[in-house]
Amino acid sequence: MKRLRLRTNVDNWLTYGLVIVAYIAVRLLLAGGNISYALQGQLVPITVYIVMAVSLNLTVGVLGELSLGHAGFMSVGAFSGAITATLLELLADTTSTTWIRLGLSTPWIRLSLAMLIGGIIAGIFGFLVGVPVLRLQGDYLAIVTLAFGEIIKNVMSILYVGYDANGIRVSMDSANALKLDEGGTIIMNGPMGVIGITKLSSFTAGFILILITLIIVLNLINSRAGRAIKAVRDDKIATESVGISVWRYRMMAFVTSATLAGAAGALYALNYSSVVARKFDFNTSILVLVFVVLGGMGNIRGSIIAATVLTVLPEVLRAFNEYRMLTYAVILIAVMLVRNNATLQHVYKQIGARLSKSLPTRKKGSEV
Amino acid sequence: MNESRSKTKMVPLPSQAIIPERDATQRPILEVYRLGINFGGLVAVEDFNIAVGRTEICGLIGPNGAGKTTIFNLLTKVYQPTSGAILLDGKDTSNMNTAQINRAGIARTFQNIRLFPSLSVEDNVKIGLHNEIGYNMGTGILRLPAFYKAERHAKERAMDLLNLFDMTPLASHRAGSLPYGAQRRLEFVRALATNPKLLLLDEPAAGMNPSETEELMSNIEKIRDQFQIAIMLIEHDMRLVMGICEGIAVLNYGQIIAKGTPKEIQTNPLVIEAYLGKKKGHQVC
Repeated sequence: MKRLRLRTNVDNWLTYGLVIVAYIAVRLLLAGGNISYALQGQLVPITVYIVMAVSLNLTVGVLGELSLGHAGFMSVGAFSGAITATLLELLADTTSTTWIRLGLSTPWIRLSLAMLIGGIIAGIFGFLVGVPVLRLQGDYLAIVTLAFGEIIKNVMSILYVGYDANGIRVSMDSANALKLDEGGTIIMNGPMGVIGITKLSSFTAGFILILITLIIVLNLINSRAGRAIKAVRDDKIATESVGISVWRYRMMAFVTSATLAGAAGALYALNYSSVVARKFDFNTSILVLVFVVLGGMGNIRGSIIAATVLTVLPEVLRAFNEYRMLTYAVILIAVMLVRNNATLQHVYKQIGARLSKSLPTRKKGSEV
Repeated sequence: MNESRSKTKMVPLPSQAIIPERDATQRPILEVYRLGINFGGLVAVEDFNIAVGRTEICGLIGPNGAGKTTIFNLLTKVYQPTSGAILLDGKDTSNMNTAQINRAGIARTFQNIRLFPSLSVEDNVKIGLHNEIGYNMGTGILRLPAFYKAERHAKERAMDLLNLFDMTPLASHRAGSLPYGAQRRLEFVRALATNPKLLLLDEPAAGMNPSETEELMSNIEKIRDQFQIAIMLIEHDMRLVMGICEGIAVLNYGQIIAKGTPKEIQTNPLVIEAYLGKKKGHQVC
């Protein structure tokens, strides 16, 4: 028994180790100038997608509910993060208190605050969406999350936010409806999104966000609450029968997942000079779901690897030029076939069993 | 074969229910009055009355489809009763949901085993201990000292409970990979882990051979004596029912047709009729 516990710990440390080693390796390669310019531009998106995949894995793999609207929470986080960052910058220029000005003119403080607020607001949206969504199960839940993803996208593209001497103004009609004073700034301009963002994100910030995400998700999974969430996945009626509120733990997983997606969204938005709502559409939700499915349901390390490889792959495949997307699709299909091949799984399991000697084989999550 | 082991004397309550004499000084743990449910016009259970003493082992028997499991589902609020009242420890349970019922003191097992198959045996028991180890989500994520303390406690408790059924060597196995009998025992342990006052067992001996059933019988009595709880069970194995149950209720077509001690039940003509049909000449084909 002690050994199983040990093994869970080893498993988690392996995940942390992988992330830290990968970070150091990339830093060294960057210092040596060995990473192409195009790939350098992908570094922050990779960290964003890793956080997205890990957080979605909490809903899909650990809670066992298919969510097709994860990009919606990313969108909420992206816009609230971008707006927060812009407001903080304005505040830094106008405030008379020295320590606030000093604090807010430090980029990483603005970035952390933006990610924090992006996460919190996305978490609140997660709760609001969760109230109706979590009344459903299975396919119905998937369809409703898809709808909410689209609703969020469309609401974001008609949202106008401005700032002037009187404070923040919000409208859903047009920029003129904001009725800003002279000298006021339009921060978010409907379908054009947020323009003129100061780039705050960095690869290191992404790395730290990944670590925080891993600490939250892995520690949650291996605690009382995590056991309850996994119990809900396995059998709802049995979970109720041992005195655990199914609603509460489904909501906990859903909101945590949305919060992390929101923080990732803020990091994503602050990596570019502008951000539009169209970016966070159904395709993005599916892309993240592909990371989770290929990495393995409930397998956090798998999500990290899948997100990295599948984000880097299109860049690497540029060499194939016009066959790029074709090759990408073929690789996806191949990975899926290999993962679901019973013979190969058996071989894989035997290798695993041999490595861990006489330990009883313990399946990680429910592998489809 | 059907010789009763228990020599408990049963005494009537004012409500005409019977409970063991040793429990009569205290209020019954469970009192059910005129409980009923109908599913869109089909009356599944009607006018069901029972009282269960604090340390009683009580049996619920009846032919297939008589409504026995439905009663368990009503008691644990998987179904909402359409009429009647359920008092647990004297408290009305009409506003409680399934999880609250468990916290109030009723734990159960299921006829078709419902474990958490992808989790380890130990985790299954720890999930049963969920409400006993009350640290919150933040403590778990930040790994505060309270987390380690509570988890250590949970582990000790889980191992103690598993030990009752000699299941400690299986602690790290996946629950879904256990043999049938062990799964039944694990479900029993998980229900016990929630510290119930009343334990509902739905066909605990299903699929067991005579020696396993014999072991189960002594286990049920052992659990009752050690934890001083009431146990109510549904069972088709008459050797078990007549052997360990002190009070028995017989159900047919959703209604109680007989109540009493094992001896009374065995000789009750209504019960014999329900199980074997009427004497020849009156048979309906």
